Amino acid sequence: MAGKIARRTFLIGAAAVAGGVAFGYYSYRKPFPNPLEGELSDGEATFNPYVKIAPDNTITVIAPRAEMGQGVATTLAALVAEELDLDLSALKVEHGPVASAYANIAILRDGLPFPVFDESTLANLARDGMAVVGKFLAVQATGGSTTTVDAFDKMRHAGAAAREMLKAAAAKEFGVAAATLTTRDGKVTDPASGRSLTYGELAAAAAKLAPPTEIALRERSEWRVLGKPQMRTDMHAKVTGQPIFGIDVDLPDMVFGTVRMNPHLGGAVVSLDASEAEKMPGVIKIVPISTHLGNGYGVLAKSTWHAFQAADAVKVEWGTAPYPADSAGMWQVLADAAAQNGSVMRNEGDVEVQFADAPRERLIEAEYRVPFLAHAAMEPMNATAWLKDGVLDIWAPNQAPSLLRTLCAREAGVGEAQCNVHVTYLGGGFGRRLEADYALYATKLAQAADGRPVKVTWTREEDITHDTYRPAALGRFRARLDETGMPLAVDLKVIAPSIMASVLPRFYPMLSALGPDKTLTDGLFNQPYTIANYRVAGVKAELAVPVGFWRSVGNSVNGFLHEAFMDEIATAGGIDPVELRKRLMANYPTAVKVVEKVAAMSNWGEKLPAGKAKGFAFTLSFGSWVAEVVQVAETPKGIRIEKVWIAADVGTALDPGIIEAQLTSGAIFGLSAAMGQEITFADGMVEQTNFHDFDAMRMSQCPAFEVAVLENAPKMGGVGEIGTPPSLPALANAVFALTGKRIRALPLNKEVTFA
Amino acid sequence: MRLMVDGQGIEIDADPDMPLLWALRDLAGKKGLKFGCGIAACGACTVHVNGEAVPSCTLPVGQVEGAVTTIEGLSTDGKLHPVQQAWLEEQVPQCGYCQCGQIMSAAALLEHTPSPTDAEIDEAMSGNLCRCGTYPRIRAAIKRAASLKAGA
Repeated sequence: MAGKIARRTFLIGAAAVAGGVAFGYYSYRKPFPNPLEGELSDGEATFNPYVKIAPDNTITVIAPRAEMGQGVATTLAALVAEELDLDLSALKVEHGPVASAYANIAILRDGLPFPVFDESTLANLARDGMAVVGKFLAVQATGGSTTTVDAFDKMRHAGAAAREMLKAAAAKEFGVAAATLTTRDGKVTDPASGRSLTYGELAAAAAKLAPPTEIALRERSEWRVLGKPQMRTDMHAKVTGQPIFGIDVDLPDMVFGTVRMNPHLGGAVVSLDASEAEKMPGVIKIVPISTHLGNGYGVLAKSTWHAFQAADAVKVEWGTAPYPADSAGMWQVLADAAAQNGSVMRNEGDVEVQFADAPRERLIEAEYRVPFLAHAAMEPMNATAWLKDGVLDIWAPNQAPSLLRTLCAREAGVGEAQCNVHVTYLGGGFGRRLEADYALYATKLAQAADGRPVKVTWTREEDITHDTYRPAALGRFRARLDETGMPLAVDLKVIAPSIMASVLPRFYPMLSALGPDKTLTDGLFNQPYTIANYRVAGVKAELAVPVGFWRSVGNSVNGFLHEAFMDEIATAGGIDPVELRKRLMANYPTAVKVVEKVAAMSNWGEKLPAGKAKGFAFTLSFGSWVAEVVQVAETPKGIRIEKVWIAADVGTALDPGIIEAQLTSGAIFGLSAAMGQEITFADGMVEQTNFHDFDAMRMSQCPAFEVAVLENAPKMGGVGEIGTPPSLPALANAVFALTGKRIRALPLNKEVTFA
Repeated sequence: MRLMVDGQGIEIDADPDMPLLWALRDLAGKKGLKFGCGIAACGACTVHVNGEAVPSCTLPVGQVEGAVTTIEGLSTDGKLHPVQQAWLEEQVPQCGYCQCGQIMSAAALLEHTPSPTDAEIDEAMSGNLCRCGTYPRIRAAIKRAASLKAGA
């Protein structure tokens, strides 16, 4: 046990909490064992997964979600701080261990195929049922913009329960009723006598008391921490270069490694000759790797550089991939699949009847294409693994540590109880780090490392060419307009490889996916538009390119498809794009308000000088309602994105500063893709390899931003991904307004030049 | 070989062809500079060599002459460097991975150009990629750092 604690605290770099005590409302429900039980030393007590208090007043909050830049560590800690009546700066925040108690129920619930505004009994029943399934599977994951939604009640309750128990302990000391006591700045005070005791002084006694079963959470009007911009808890470490990322892990006697996996993704190794590479200086050994996620080899060496050099020197013959060799062949697969009906996810009125007698002049037909995309997180894939005495320790910047533990433990042949996963800070995630491949390969190298820890770092080339890509997709759309130019019928079909069909065998090799894949049509079937005849279908194309979750997932595809097509409808009908949305969304006041807000902010409708234009788009995703306007200008060097206005309704804004940063971040992520990103295939391999041919927006291209955060929506929505979906169509629509070119295939720089 | 890093002389047993990045990270234990691309295309590995911001991932350690400064040696007085202070006040970082490189580029810019224009910021910072899109706050922080330095 001592060894286990030492390994964990080594990475986190935080002082071990001595004599700590933990609290929690979970004690009266105990859905899962408290994972902190096994983390405390002699004399420490715990019965709660989120809060520990030491006698020296060190108050530690467990924020069990991946911090990849989105500010979760700060906002989760703020939920507890609010109820404990503490400033955020008074808390220490740790990721904590991997445990079922930290399962993310919301991430699974949101995987169901119901629009967020659908409050029908069926939808609610299914969501409630999913909570049970989520608990059963106990997935600890960070994704789907679900963290704050999942934690909002749980972590406030954890803080409130601790507060009430501290008050009860103080009440015994003071001989007064607990209800008469106040809490502030880490002390419980008796206003009548002026006596006070610190949380640290009360912790041990308080932990022995029964936790309250009824807890009144702070009213919003009483919030002191939540709802206000906070200084992020990870800022100092990040401006001083602290070694907090996976790639910074340093262990005694550690060796360095890298991997080269078959770039014909899914292909085998035909032959491998490591004789030259093994003789190179600094090389320890070359290790063949064969797993259900990929085949190739790894290198163990005395530095990362030596490993990279030796990996280049290995002679290998790769087997072919189970997909068409080039992009043209892949588009043909999608085009062929378009004949299928697919899963119809929305079907109002009778689309077939409307199109049967549609007059040509009122008919719009369009085909759209979006490419595969890589995540290209700044921190290349990496993991550190250490297999010794039947115990496997893994340090990884990872978004789904419980899944990672299952896969790596099985690969190493140890039980899950003998596998400790330590989640570091993530140098970007964007969905890529929900996968476990880098940790699985590190596990294979650890098996060959004779009990020494091995840090395995991928080259950027390996990272770009071995991603789980955002799927390419084909959109086949048609619309019939009425006499006034408004859409009478729309028929939207998207064809793409299924993310869930690709992901599930990677995580659960034994399971088969059932039912429709909601990610396929997410952002297409569940938009708050009312159109009398409205059909949305998704066709799963059989294409074995590994695809995965990319910031905003299906919405990154469908936000563009839906909103670019709505812009076409507006143009064809002679109706202003904002006015069209206001009419079609009239049944959803939350949507109308963000549309009106962004229109007012951007002075939509103003007469612009020649050579400037604006574009508009709206996407409801992850329960948040987002409208964006992009303004572009023609310059001698090409089109420049001058300004972006964003209005977002997130229901409840827990930290407006972090939300503003996330909205801007999400938009830049989407604009980068829309302007110039594309993953293409030739000879069975990804053609792009590094930032010179898979680049993103740079400082010189970055527009000015103006952001408004609204709170009209009745439910709290996500934040980390919602800025992305409308940014791509808003830019494309602005480019159309500027140039008259309706570009229906991304990226836009295939047809126009950006400055 | 002997290198002067962050004001201290250090002995490194490195192949002269090894990029400075890996010599510092894997052999000298300096972790603030980051590996991002290996082809000088992203700026995550930016350090100062004799005060100039350079990508360390393509610079062979055998060719390094003069003083190397990483983020860990940027401040010499025990306080945060004005650029780091401005980064903190503007709450710039998100994931934070590229930020040490951004800060090193910004610090070098302000040494040469104490009050940079937007165009000068674009010119100096466009070699530093940020996938989180923190550019608007980086720009604000550079301007804040310029005033902090002017007032210091």
